[in-house]
Amino acid sequence: MTTRLENTSAGEIVRTINAERHRIGATATGMVLTLVIVTDEENQSDATRAASYSAMEHPCRIVTLIPRPGRVDPQLDANIDVGDTMGPGETVRLRLRGELSEHAASVALPLLLPDTPVVVWWPTQAPSVPSQDPVGALAQRRITDAAADMHPMHTLIERQKGYTAGDTDLAWTRTTVWRSMLAASLDLPFAPITSVDVRCERSNPSGALLQAWLHNCLDVPVDMHRSQGPGITDVTINTDNGPIDLSRPDGRTGRLSRPNVASHDVPLPRRDLKDLIGEELRRLDPDETYAEALAAVRLEQPKSRRRTPDPADAEEQT
Amino acid sequence: MRQAEFKSQNPLRSPVDRRLPRVAGPCALVIFGVTGDLSRKKLMPAVYDLANRGLLPPSFALVGFARRDYSDQDFAKEVHDAVREHSRTEFREDVWAQLSQGFRFVAGDFTDDTAFDALAATVTALANEQGTGGNTAFYLSIPPSMFPLVVQQLKRSGLASDARGGWRRVVVEKPFGHDLQSAQELNQVLDDVFPSGSIFRIDHYLGKETVQNLLALRFANTLFEPIWNSNYIDHVQITMAEDIGIGSRAGYYDGIGAARDVIQNHLLQLMALTAMEEPVSFGAQHVRVEKEKVLASVVLPDDLDAHTARGQYGPGWQGGEEVIGYMQEANIPPTSCTETYAAITLHVDTRRWAGVPFYLRTGKRLGRRVSEIAVVFKRAPHLPFATTDTQELGSNTLVIRVQPDEGISMKFGSKVPGTQMEVRDVTMDFAYGDSFTESSPEAYERLILDVLLGDPPLFPRHEEVEMSWRILDPILEHWASDGKPEQYDPGTWGPASSDEMLARDGRVWRRP
Repeated sequence: MTTRLENTSAGEIVRTINAERHRIGATATGMVLTLVIVTDEENQSDATRAASYSAMEHPCRIVTLIPRPGRVDPQLDANIDVGDTMGPGETVRLRLRGELSEHAASVALPLLLPDTPVVVWWPTQAPSVPSQDPVGALAQRRITDAAADMHPMHTLIERQKGYTAGDTDLAWTRTTVWRSMLAASLDLPFAPITSVDVRCERSNPSGALLQAWLHNCLDVPVDMHRSQGPGITDVTINTDNGPIDLSRPDGRTGRLSRPNVASHDVPLPRRDLKDLIGEELRRLDPDETYAEALAAVRLEQPKSRRRTPDPADAEEQT
Repeated sequence: MRQAEFKSQNPLRSPVDRRLPRVAGPCALVIFGVTGDLSRKKLMPAVYDLANRGLLPPSFALVGFARRDYSDQDFAKEVHDAVREHSRTEFREDVWAQLSQGFRFVAGDFTDDTAFDALAATVTALANEQGTGGNTAFYLSIPPSMFPLVVQQLKRSGLASDARGGWRRVVVEKPFGHDLQSAQELNQVLDDVFPSGSIFRIDHYLGKETVQNLLALRFANTLFEPIWNSNYIDHVQITMAEDIGIGSRAGYYDGIGAARDVIQNHLLQLMALTAMEEPVSFGAQHVRVEKEKVLASVVLPDDLDAHTARGQYGPGWQGGEEVIGYMQEANIPPTSCTETYAAITLHVDTRRWAGVPFYLRTGKRLGRRVSEIAVVFKRAPHLPFATTDTQELGSNTLVIRVQPDEGISMKFGSKVPGTQMEVRDVTMDFAYGDSFTESSPEAYERLILDVLLGDPPLFPRHEEVEMSWRILDPILEHWASDGKPEQYDPGTWGPASSDEMLARDGRVWRRP
């Protein structure tokens, strides 16, 4: 059941949640974290839905903050769902009108569950230094999405400059399926690796992170090439014995081929928001591998689709 | 050889990078008895679910062996049907298409040499066709009486030998024999052909999730370990109850019974994990050493009549349904003395556990399906309240629920709101979002994945199996000379004798 409160306060919202919880007989909560979502009107529904789906795996309180700046008197409106309508946790959607939209942290703070981790997620536009944002400062884990910005690559560089332990980006989460399949392909003995080629769509932050990660791990030149997408389309690991190639032209099924072995199809789906958020919530400690990959990302110059040595050169200077 | 200059350390894997799932290495899984119930309901769906979660390598192969005239396509269809019916994750055509490329079927009898030679050829061919690297796991989903035959065939056909590269592992399901002697014979057969580190004894009741939860609760917290001893703990009750009868499994169950089926492996393992000292590390060997110490220090009560109980379910009504009794089940001989309920009392002769009885019980057609470890604490030595105030206060209890429905609940006294001073038991419950999400792998998935990863820490070795039989054998012998077990009504919590067993010690079973 959704309870609507207009022109309310954080205190009244907490009282309402507690009363609602008593009403349905759930006296012990057993929630493991608070997830704060900062988003706009357009994206709040999808984001909240994805988050409540992941609440099945990680029972949590979801607080969605929707700033509505404008020349109106400051006002706080809340939609509260406790129990089954939005998933097993508690969901609070808050509209912060007028000047209040500048003070989101003051609303979020009283709504955090006591003594449990806090995660903040910006599904769209995120502050340039997430850890210094007033809401971001409440959390030990801050999830951004560079791909949701207008200029993803510049955003990624901004993340790099503002990185604080605990930051993470969904562009990185999207590489997990690629990374795990590539790692699996090197589980069999392989000949020395000479270079790697990555092909992806223009301005794809996931591709850039994957490139940086491969370079960090393998310590060989990793070249970036443009393709028509969707997303990352192909990674070729060149070895003395021939190429190990993983390609995904259609965004669904990958094809893995390696020297002397028949090639085969592998599932390599582009995952949706709920899967990405579910993965993010599984670990709440700083992701060092992400930090290293992010640090190694270099802004590439627009180039033709032909092989270009430049990005590799740039990385060799690091 | 050229192979020598190839790298085997994977540069893309790092212990710091915890997002990457531990994907099994390239390998083939050979299932004997692939057309059986277990294989269709559990193994094949688990293989699909693992693939769907991306935990199987691209070069995975599944080989079925059975006495059926199947082609590879027929076999793929059989697996397809089983997966559609029983898998826990959604069915995805692309995952299926990829997985089914690696399906092979070999028809034959266990006595048929040519069939095993054909199997050997199939496995060898898969090394190149699928890139399994020759790594092979053999899953013996067959009656234990067939083990010697199959294991010998694996040896004869060269399948068991790792001379041609890759690893070999063999998986056997409980029961591991029916007494000490048969368990030793079985171990002998397996040990002859496979090194002990390659033998995986699987007890699907004891999922890895359960064991890890228990270890985390005990050793990751400061809250419980200081009171985890006879100073504070009154007794421990370990229960595994099922609400179903034996169904069509008379051939397996009759003559085996509840104690051999469940207590020997599952309950004694849970008890060992509850009672053991802190291991040096969670590595395979260290955990095993601690469990073995517990099993070695178990003593039986002198009077087995007074401190054990057994029963057989009778006909009656259970949960709104009329059900038949054990003796009316199909193919049960009228002389059957098999128990469907067993309860035993054990003591662990150590300083930590002196005087703390462990009560173990299991049964079929009980009140509901539940597995739990209940640690019941002593009452407070002094209560500064009027006796009437605490009349309804019981013992503090910590309950660890194991699969399914994993969780922890705690029972303690709390004041009833109001002007009167009255203390009453309340229960606090924590369940991770486990039972209702598909993200947590089912027991069989974890087991199969552990076998493919070569992760043996939590599987018992033959020493533990034999120690468990040493504990149970005297009780089974005593019961064998005791005639028919007592009948109990279905849907209840067992025979009256089991309640009396606890009453003699001044205790009662908790209603799970």
